[in-house]
Amino acid sequence: MTGRIHSFESFGTVDGPGIRFVVFLQGCPLRCQYCHNPDTWGAGGTEYSVEDIVNRAIRYKNYFGDKGGVTVTGGEPLLQIDFVTELFTALKAKNINTCVDTSGIAFRENNPESVAKHEKLLEVADLFLLDIKHIDEDACKKLTGQSNENTLAFAKFLSERNKPMWIRQVLVPGITDSEESLARTRAFIDGLQSVEKVEVLPYHTMGMVKYEKLGLTYPLKEVQAPTKELVLRAKEILCK
Amino acid sequence: MMQYKGWEGFVPGKWCNDEVDVRDFIQHNYTPYEGDGTFLAPATEATKKLWEIVCDLSKKEREAGGVLNADTKIVSTLTSHEAGYLDKDLEKIVGVQTDEPFKRSLQPFGGIRISESALNIYGYEIDPSVKEIFTKYRKTHNEGVFDAYTPEMRAARSAHILTGRPDGYGRGRIIGDYRRVALYGIDYLVQKKEEDKLMLGGTMTPDKVRDREEISEQIKALKGLKAMAASYGCDISKPAETAQEAIQALYFGYLGAVKDQNGAAMSIGRNTTFLDIYIERDLAKGLITETQAQEFIDHFIMKLRIVKFMRTREYNELFSGDPTWVTESIGGMGVDGRTLVTKTAFRVLHTLDNLGPAPEPNLTVLWSKRLPIAFKRFCADISIRTSSIQYESDDLMRAEMGDDYAIACCVSCMRVGKDMQFFGARANLAKCLLYAINGGKDELLKDKKTGKPMQVSPEFMPIVSNDALDFEEVRAKFENMMTWLAELYVNTLNVIHYMHDKYCYEAIEMALHDTKVRRFFATGIAGLSCAADSLSAIKYAKVYPVRNEEGIVVDYRIEGDYPKYGNNDDRADELAVWVLKTFMKKIKSHYTYRESVPTTSILTITSNVVYGKKTGNTPDGRRAGTPLAPGANPMHGRDSNGALASLESVAKLPYDYSRDGISNTFSITPGSLGKED
Repeated sequence: MTGRIHSFESFGTVDGPGIRFVVFLQGCPLRCQYCHNPDTWGAGGTEYSVEDIVNRAIRYKNYFGDKGGVTVTGGEPLLQIDFVTELFTALKAKNINTCVDTSGIAFRENNPESVAKHEKLLEVADLFLLDIKHIDEDACKKLTGQSNENTLAFAKFLSERNKPMWIRQVLVPGITDSEESLARTRAFIDGLQSVEKVEVLPYHTMGMVKYEKLGLTYPLKEVQAPTKELVLRAKEILCK
Repeated sequence: MMQYKGWEGFVPGKWCNDEVDVRDFIQHNYTPYEGDGTFLAPATEATKKLWEIVCDLSKKEREAGGVLNADTKIVSTLTSHEAGYLDKDLEKIVGVQTDEPFKRSLQPFGGIRISESALNIYGYEIDPSVKEIFTKYRKTHNEGVFDAYTPEMRAARSAHILTGRPDGYGRGRIIGDYRRVALYGIDYLVQKKEEDKLMLGGTMTPDKVRDREEISEQIKALKGLKAMAASYGCDISKPAETAQEAIQALYFGYLGAVKDQNGAAMSIGRNTTFLDIYIERDLAKGLITETQAQEFIDHFIMKLRIVKFMRTREYNELFSGDPTWVTESIGGMGVDGRTLVTKTAFRVLHTLDNLGPAPEPNLTVLWSKRLPIAFKRFCADISIRTSSIQYESDDLMRAEMGDDYAIACCVSCMRVGKDMQFFGARANLAKCLLYAINGGKDELLKDKKTGKPMQVSPEFMPIVSNDALDFEEVRAKFENMMTWLAELYVNTLNVIHYMHDKYCYEAIEMALHDTKVRRFFATGIAGLSCAADSLSAIKYAKVYPVRNEEGIVVDYRIEGDYPKYGNNDDRADELAVWVLKTFMKKIKSHYTYRESVPTTSILTITSNVVYGKKTGNTPDGRRAGTPLAPGANPMHGRDSNGALASLESVAKLPYDYSRDGISNTFSITPGSLGKED
């Protein structure tokens, strides 16, 4: 089987534990205003086989140590869930740790086929990094163009199956930083049982260049990266 | 009863039994340290005051345009100048290159013109009598080289295909075993050299005459060193008796070397484990406190920070600044499995806290997987705060070099006191590839007489077709051009080193080597990744030559994409390996001066910019005049698979073919190494 790949990063240190080989998959249904990888949104990318990617990843096994491994991200990797499942099955056969960085947007809790596919993925995925874009549904629609319904459902799905997850929240001043919404997010997390870690990802403007290159308008031109104090305060609320 | 008072309390061994063997002394006497840095002492008031004096002088030097004061009359020798001080009453370790700190010395033995022009740039005039002596009566290395250069050697120099070579400046890279001065004292070392000289009898072949003359020079230098120390009120004729004396004697050895030679890299060796033995002895006897031990080290390192040479602007451009490469190698593991890390390794690194960060001395940690974890943490902590530590793989080097080697310059390893090297700059292989395509005509330069493109190599058959370049054809022509270049390169260096030995011999440094020394013939490669990517482009994309009106290929039109070195892609990486192995095999096939062992390095960490200026458009799409990548780095911006992929590409280059070192410049922000928690 082949997947549509945007690119690879051989020295991933911020997407899951340890040193990780990161596979960026092409395609995403969300249009997050702060997205720093708009080049992964649409069609395109290069087709790679499972075998090819396993061969690439395995070269870095020495660097993985006890914690590291492979992370798939994107884009939204679970748009290509069959491919990810097959890739992880092959990686687990080589005893490599697997991790998915997802928004859970592709999950349909009322669709048995979708649930079955995600069940199958859980068997070969060691960790999920689940990105909650915004805890408030309307705010989420405004920020990403989509409801947060599937994301929250997927969090519960993982929790019910006791699957380890890290919850991530991008901290955007004026959008995701209100104490009220952070507290709501925390309350939601408190209802989950398998959350190992909560990460606050400070918004940054490094994606801006890519918008220019792609001829897109950058929606958050006026927004600055959060101050250290703001990040600390968000961490106090979210990561307690 | 030990032969000398200075040896009392040491475990005897071969080292004190009529031998000169510093490693044996270390192995019998050192104390490995596996603890952390909590024992370290802060800077003393004296240290702080002295450092303020240095900072003040540095500021004045910058304000004066880079040179504060320069000697225009007195030719630097071991004993040419009176003693000089920062503040005599405060200094625990004394000695500067001239009679005052920050006054640069006059060192014309490498070349009088260079000395003169370096002075002129900074507004000084060389004393006419010195100029007369070194033009009329005393020949220099530079003059000797140009007397013997062939026209082809000169052409390759002008075209910068063989470039940066030490034909007008000191070759450097030789590390005296300065520990010997402390451990044995000058008289013992002189006696040993006298004995060696006696053994050189029989038929007086030219080689033997030269050897006898050189040993005589070494003995004179040792005596000169003793006199130099005496001018500072220090007696180094006998073994050092205290830690302070040992550090002082060792430093005098080094100071002698920098007074004698203005070398491209004047590295100091591997001294922390050795000096620790003396410090431990004094601490055990209650002679000194930790604060005093640290003060000796701080003052010693301070002196190494103010080593200065008079150099031309072109030289500083080539090396991106005014480096002295006072490399000190620290730590590593012993072949018996014990670590060579001692408390003094910590003390030397601690100078980065006590005196603040600095590029010199170039503190180099010999890294092993098995280094004590507390030391690793200590190094990492200092690196994060100061960015002033260099790391090299002890595990890689120890296999070949044992556990008493040191680094000269940035990556050249040699066994201390047992190996020396003839530094030979590098060959620009990216340019060599262009020569292969143009039949040895330079892509940028014109012949001064004819006005036509300059023919540098003999007239090889160029590529004549205007179709897409054929990989096999280019590869074959490139290999032919490398055959020519390797032979010319070796022969050019043979001339240079013959003359350097003759007119600018490193007597004091060689006096602190075994008489039977192993010599390395150190060649180097520039433009490796550019050559590899160019070959890859020709092989995997379509590359069309673009000619000027004279038919010279001056540019390339590339259709399609190609695999690039730096992405852990074997298709490109194996081309880099092929270039290295092919060139090195050709280097090895030639006679090298004084039966030296040929090595090569891939380490142009600064001069890649200047080399790039002299290299035309290349088939990989690089534009004329833009920099080549430093060392073995991928070309800038072409590694798109992250750091490990890039490093893995570099790691494929076989060290056996590049024993003089492979360097990869790698910048990283703390954030990209992961999150704090």
